[in-house]
Amino acid sequence: MIDFIQMLINGIAAGSSYALIGLAMVIIYKTSEVPNFAQGEMALISTYVAYMLLEQHQFPSYLAFPLSLVFAVVLGCILEFTILRRAKEPNVLGMIIITIGIEMILMGLVSWKFGAEQKSMPFPISPYDSVMIGDFFVSTLEVLTLVVALCTMIVLFLFFRYSRLGMAMKATQQNPMAARIMGIRTRRILMATWGISSLVGASAGLLLSPVIMQPYMMWDPMLKGFAAAVMGGMTSLPGAVFGAYLLGIIENLFGGYISIEFKSVVAFAVIVLMLCIRPSGLFARHYVKKV
Amino acid sequence: MTFFSIDNLAIAFGGLQALQDIRFDVQAGEVFAIIGPNGAGKTTLFNCINGIYRPDAGNIRFDGRNIQGLRPDQVARLGIARTFQNIELFANMTTMENIMLGRHVFMRTGLFRGAAMWGPRSFAGREERDHRRQVEKIIDLLRLQAVRGKLVGALPYGTQKMVELARALALEPKLLLLDEPCAGMTAEEKQDMIFWIKDIQNDLGITILLIEHDMRMVMDISDRILAINFGQPITIGTADEVRRHPEVLKAYLGEEDHRESAA
Repeated sequence: MIDFIQMLINGIAAGSSYALIGLAMVIIYKTSEVPNFAQGEMALISTYVAYMLLEQHQFPSYLAFPLSLVFAVVLGCILEFTILRRAKEPNVLGMIIITIGIEMILMGLVSWKFGAEQKSMPFPISPYDSVMIGDFFVSTLEVLTLVVALCTMIVLFLFFRYSRLGMAMKATQQNPMAARIMGIRTRRILMATWGISSLVGASAGLLLSPVIMQPYMMWDPMLKGFAAAVMGGMTSLPGAVFGAYLLGIIENLFGGYISIEFKSVVAFAVIVLMLCIRPSGLFARHYVKKV
Repeated sequence: MTFFSIDNLAIAFGGLQALQDIRFDVQAGEVFAIIGPNGAGKTTLFNCINGIYRPDAGNIRFDGRNIQGLRPDQVARLGIARTFQNIELFANMTTMENIMLGRHVFMRTGLFRGAAMWGPRSFAGREERDHRRQVEKIIDLLRLQAVRGKLVGALPYGTQKMVELARALALEPKLLLLDEPCAGMTAEEKQDMIFWIKDIQNDLGITILLIEHDMRMVMDISDRILAINFGQPITIGTADEVRRHPEVLKAYLGEEDHRESAA
C-alpha cells in the first residue's frame, strides 16, 4: 500500500511537468489550430538563457529566472510575428512543418552555442533534497513543480475568465471574424497567445533543468505533454491537465508493478487505446465550424 | 458634408468582377437598403466597408474621413458595427458575455491594472460597472432578460439574431450594418425586428445600412434603396421608384415574368 501511494505521488509529480507543456500546447492550438511541435525547444532555449545568465554572467537567480521567462514571452511573440504570420494561405499541414522547422532551428542553436553535453543548472533547489509527508518521500523539486503547475492553472483560469485580453482570446478562438468586427486585433491576439504559451512551456523547462539539462531534454516531456493534450481533447485546458496527471500516474504505476523498461512507452499505448474508445478526447468541446 | 459615402468602388476576385462602379451616399439618421438577387455582391460590399476585403479601387468616406484600407478593428473603433447573414456569435459564451465583448473597444483596464485593482471603487471596478450598466440597458431595450445567462449556441435562431444585434449596439455605433436581419425568421419575429430597427433609427439616432431579401420589409422601413445586380448598380431611389424600375423587376422576376407583367 505504501508503495502504491508513493508511486501515485511520483506520478502526480511527473504529471505536473506534462501538464505545463500540455497547457502550453493547448493555448496555441486553440487559437492557431496547429499543434506546436516547437513547444519543447522554445522552452529549451529559454532554459538555456537562464543557464547562461546564471553561469556565464553571474546573475542572481531571482533575476535570471524572471528574465528567462520574459525572454520566453518575447521569443513566442517573435516566432509568431516573423515566421508563422508570414505563411501565405496556411493549412494545418504546412503549419505543422513550420513548427517542426522552428524546432530544429532552435535545437541547432542550443547545441551550437552551448554544446550537447549534460550541463548542471545552478538551480536554487537541489533535486536530491526531499521532504517527508507522513511516510512518503517527495523531493522538494517535485513539490515546487506541483505548486508552480497549480498556480499556473489558477492564473490561466482567472486570466481567461476575467481579463480583457483573456476574453479577447476566447472570442478570437470561437469566432475570429466576429472578433475582428468587434474591434479586436486578432493578429495581435494570436501573437499574445504564442507569448503566453511560450511562458508556460518555459516554466516547465526550468523545472526540469536540475534533473536533466542537454539539448534533448525536452523531447520526452513534450511528447508526453502533447499526448496529454490530445487525451484531453486538444482544446480544453482542464482536459490537458487531467490527461497529464492521468498519464503521469499510469506511467508510474506501470513502471512500478509491471515493467520499468516499458514505463515510457505505456503512455502511448494508453493514448492509442483511449483514442479508439473516445476519438475526440476526454474533454473535447467541438466548436462547430461554418463553411 | 455627407455622413457616409461610397465612390466608384470596385473589387474583383480572380476573374470575377464582384463589384463595379458602386456609388451612393447615406445621410445621417437614414435607413438605407441595398437589394439584389443572390450573388449580386451585397455582402461583399459590407465586407469592403468593414475592412475585411480591400477594394481594388474607389473611396469609402465615413464621418468626414476616408476609411478605405483600414483594418476591421480600426473601422469598429470609428463607430461602424455589423450583424451577419449567417449568425457569427461566440457560441460558447453567454448572452451577457457576447454583448460585453461589444464593449471591448471602450475598455481601458489592461492586464496589469486588472490584476492590481480590486473592489468596486477602483478604476477597474468602476469601469466594469459602467460597462455592465450599458449592457443592461441594451438587454432591456431588446428584451433579452430571459436569456442573459444562457449560452448563445443553444438559443433559438431568432433569439440569436437579436443577441447579435444587441452586441452590435453595445459598440455604440454611429453606423449599423445589418446583413439580412430577418433571414430565416418567423413572421412574428420579423414584425418585431422591423419594430426594433425603427426604434434604433428614431430613439438611438443610429444610421442604418441594410441588406434584405424580404421586399415588404425593405419597402416598409427604408428611406432610400440601392438595387444592384452582378456587382453593378441598377438604380437608387425611394421604395416606390425602385419597385417600378424595369431593370429591378427583371433582376428579381426574370426576363419572362417581366414580359408577362408588361403585357
